Amino acid sequence: MSREDYEAVIGLEVHAELSTKTKIFCSCPTSFGAEPNTHICPICMAMPGTLPVLNEKVVEYAVKAGLATNCEISEDSKNDRKNYYYPDLPKSYQISQFDKPLCKHGYIEIEDENGNKKKIRLLRIHIEEDAGKLNHDDLGGGSLVDLNRAGVPLIEMVSEPDLRSADEADRYLRKLKSILEYIEVSDCKMEEGSFRADVNVSVKKKIDAKLGTRTEMKNMSSFRSISRAIEYEIERQIDVLENGGTIEQETLRWDDVSGKTFSMRNKEDANDYRYFPEPDLVAIKLSKEYIENIRKNLPELPESRYERYLNEYKLSKKDAGIIVSSKYLSNLFEEASEICNNRKAVGNWIISDISRILNEKEMEPNNIPFTAEHLAHLIMLIDKGTISSSIAKKVLEELFESPREPEKIIEEKGWAQISDEGAIKEIVLEVLKNNPQSIADYKAGKDRALGFLVGQAMKMSKGKANPQMLNKMFIENMNNE
Amino acid sequence: MNITELTVCELQEKLKNKELTISEIVDSYCNRINEKEPEVNAFITTYLEEAKNKAKELEKNQTNGEYTGIPIGIKDNICIKGTRTTCASKMLEDFVAPYSATIAEKIDKENMILLGKLNMDEFAMGSSTENSYFKKTKNPWNLNKVPGGSSGGSAAAVAANMVPWALGSDTGGSIRQPSSLCGVVGLKPTYGLVSRYGLVAFASSLDQIGPITKDVRDSAMLLTLIAGKDEKDTTSEDNGSKDYTKALKNDVKGIKIGVPKEFFGEGINEEVKAKLYEAIEVYKKLGAEVEEFSLDIAKYALATYYIISSAEASSNLGRFDGIRYGYRTPEYSNLKEIYKKSRSEGFGEEVKRRIITGTYVLSSGYYDAYYKKAQQVRTLVSNKFNEAFEKYDVILTPTSPVTAFNIGEKSNNPLKMYLSDICTVSINIAGVPAISIPCGVDSSGMPIGMQLIGNKFDEETILNVAYSFEQEIKFREKYKPEFKK
Repeated sequence: MSREDYEAVIGLEVHAELSTKTKIFCSCPTSFGAEPNTHICPICMAMPGTLPVLNEKVVEYAVKAGLATNCEISEDSKNDRKNYYYPDLPKSYQISQFDKPLCKHGYIEIEDENGNKKKIRLLRIHIEEDAGKLNHDDLGGGSLVDLNRAGVPLIEMVSEPDLRSADEADRYLRKLKSILEYIEVSDCKMEEGSFRADVNVSVKKKIDAKLGTRTEMKNMSSFRSISRAIEYEIERQIDVLENGGTIEQETLRWDDVSGKTFSMRNKEDANDYRYFPEPDLVAIKLSKEYIENIRKNLPELPESRYERYLNEYKLSKKDAGIIVSSKYLSNLFEEASEICNNRKAVGNWIISDISRILNEKEMEPNNIPFTAEHLAHLIMLIDKGTISSSIAKKVLEELFESPREPEKIIEEKGWAQISDEGAIKEIVLEVLKNNPQSIADYKAGKDRALGFLVGQAMKMSKGKANPQMLNKMFIENMNNE
Repeated sequence: MNITELTVCELQEKLKNKELTISEIVDSYCNRINEKEPEVNAFITTYLEEAKNKAKELEKNQTNGEYTGIPIGIKDNICIKGTRTTCASKMLEDFVAPYSATIAEKIDKENMILLGKLNMDEFAMGSSTENSYFKKTKNPWNLNKVPGGSSGGSAAAVAANMVPWALGSDTGGSIRQPSSLCGVVGLKPTYGLVSRYGLVAFASSLDQIGPITKDVRDSAMLLTLIAGKDEKDTTSEDNGSKDYTKALKNDVKGIKIGVPKEFFGEGINEEVKAKLYEAIEVYKKLGAEVEEFSLDIAKYALATYYIISSAEASSNLGRFDGIRYGYRTPEYSNLKEIYKKSRSEGFGEEVKRRIITGTYVLSSGYYDAYYKKAQQVRTLVSNKFNEAFEKYDVILTPTSPVTAFNIGEKSNNPLKMYLSDICTVSINIAGVPAISIPCGVDSSGMPIGMQLIGNKFDEETILNVAYSFEQEIKFREKYKPEFKK
């Protein structure tokens, strides 16, 4: 058999930390990066006798996520205990949801390689608490437990095995991330682990209906690693089958450096989590009004913005796609356009220079340091003729480095455009004096000569001379000669 | 006047009339504890010096309040900030609670004075208090006998007049059964009436804190104090700030009392039965309507109880893993060993038995046959009680099938021990309230308890029915613990 006879089946379980101010069962803050064990209390430390109280915002955020992904919302839901021992899990059980998740049977749409829409079904979305973190102690040689993260709310979003390639998985994850960002339930900061995925991969012969045995890679938090891991795992599984072997159901670890997966534990070591209903919490009952109210107040989703950008703003599919791919880019686009009244320029800046810099810096759009106002003001300065677009590019670089008012940057750097007629004339005369051949060429009808002269003048003024004025003055001078 | 024989209601009266000072009361109790504790072993920790100091401080500041200066004892599974809370386990031998239970805060706000933390079966698992890691509490009526359990320290301390009243917890009978065996009044409130925040969990869906007192009026008073919605316990409910003492009308005319015949069958001691039948006659005389009926749940209730309570316990006790607090084995070479050895060494036999049972019934492949089935039976038991309360105001049964048994008599036979709870567990399963009050003594002078079961959140009716009986037979005037050796 050949590789073309196989197809991959991929399912993803995405964990997203919800951006509520407080934890899911106590009032400790959820903010990232605090000193170890400073965001803790008797409840999230699982002191004997403490009880959880469900944070209502968590339910609201999860329902939002469910509605934004076309899920049914359960009016009757509950929490369950998932029992296992690990030092980062202080109660020795995680409060999660087992058989009655808050949201089920949803889907999101992605575009496949050919630009066709494809529905990826979501089996369920449930709420649960995050565990703490183990840190290796370099001095003592042991492990130290940091419980700041213990009790931070999560939603787990489980897809059906509808994905067929690493590329589709990547599109699905990016889409899911952008939806969560748009509805503002998670900041999805992958570098902080607030958006991470368990990846299930199996392969089967296309003619077979039955799914193959799957392997799982847990807690992956980089798009690139996920794609690479899936591609590697598909190839590895096909190789095993082609060589007459069988796939073991096991948990694997992806190693980014070697670009390979390694076995962590097999099915026999799998935990029996002994799920049962959490007796310390009452059932979650949601009214139809409650759910409808959330539905009504749901912010605009990327799909709808995309359509609007195509139809109202006449953006190209490609440009609209780039802008809506991130709520932060899209908001930047809308807010900056509103201020500077030059939607086309804002769009161009985002698609070209801003995207380029983000790529170079490997920066996520949510980490763009400057504001929409900064960008708008920058464009207004170009429109007013205060700076040229080549200077503007330098200002943009500066905005990424240390964001402040563009006007201030220009002033500090002395980048303001020279629009003083006397100064421009001085430059023009100097350039003409040094380039008699170009004057001759121009008079002989070679238009390129004008461009050359303007270029020389720009060079001389370090990019600050007003190009329109240069143009005009060169023509005047040469025609008058 | 023997101060320690007074009820809290009487102490309040005498404090108000300035016949007694807080220090006089506290000193009397400290003396009594010094005298009787060596025989009874009811306390895990005492706070006698602290109590005396607090008494002086309250007097100096002329602090007033209904319960100011009233001493209390609290079962050692209820957290009080800064005090040791052991659950009578080696696992928590040195555990000092970093926070207070909601009811402990209420007690503190009233300026009551803590005399000590009371002995119990380890993690409240047991019916004799013999499962304490620290000591065996003796029954004040006969020191060779058990006080019952698991709140045996609380019941014995009240019976021995070492505290005027106490708080216990009841998961399957742990307040009522020891109260019955020690001849005092014990109330298990409706599930959800009293906040569980700060009560070290045994079985979360069954546990309730409740009062153990000398008489019914004190029980109503202490219940009034501790009941009500707590934002920290979402399973707690608002009771409209009821004053339960208002329910004590000493009148049962027209009250319908149902007597389930299954609770008077095999396994119930004849002398216990005889006393209960006498009690029934008393109620008839007082004008209540008494009727026998069938409540055929007892035989399922015990199995259901042990499945549900053990399942929840196996999960609740997972946090005692030697990582953050509590006992950790001194020698280990890896993580698994910390868990295995800390838990093997830190827990006693009965606790381990329940954890293993609970782990088993929740395991995949067994869940449906045990845990799920037990939950279905639980619904059935609740329904049966609901049906019964359509007809009756109160259900009357024995509290314990037998009077206090000898120390060591059942400790090697768990199944026999489990039968001690045969009359009480179904009440927890249904979540309804029940009170145990003494109704007489057997031929060897040991107290016999009567259980009055009420409908959900109708503590008033059982308190009134109990009070009427108490006023009629005046048990405390006739019988006193003798500390027989």
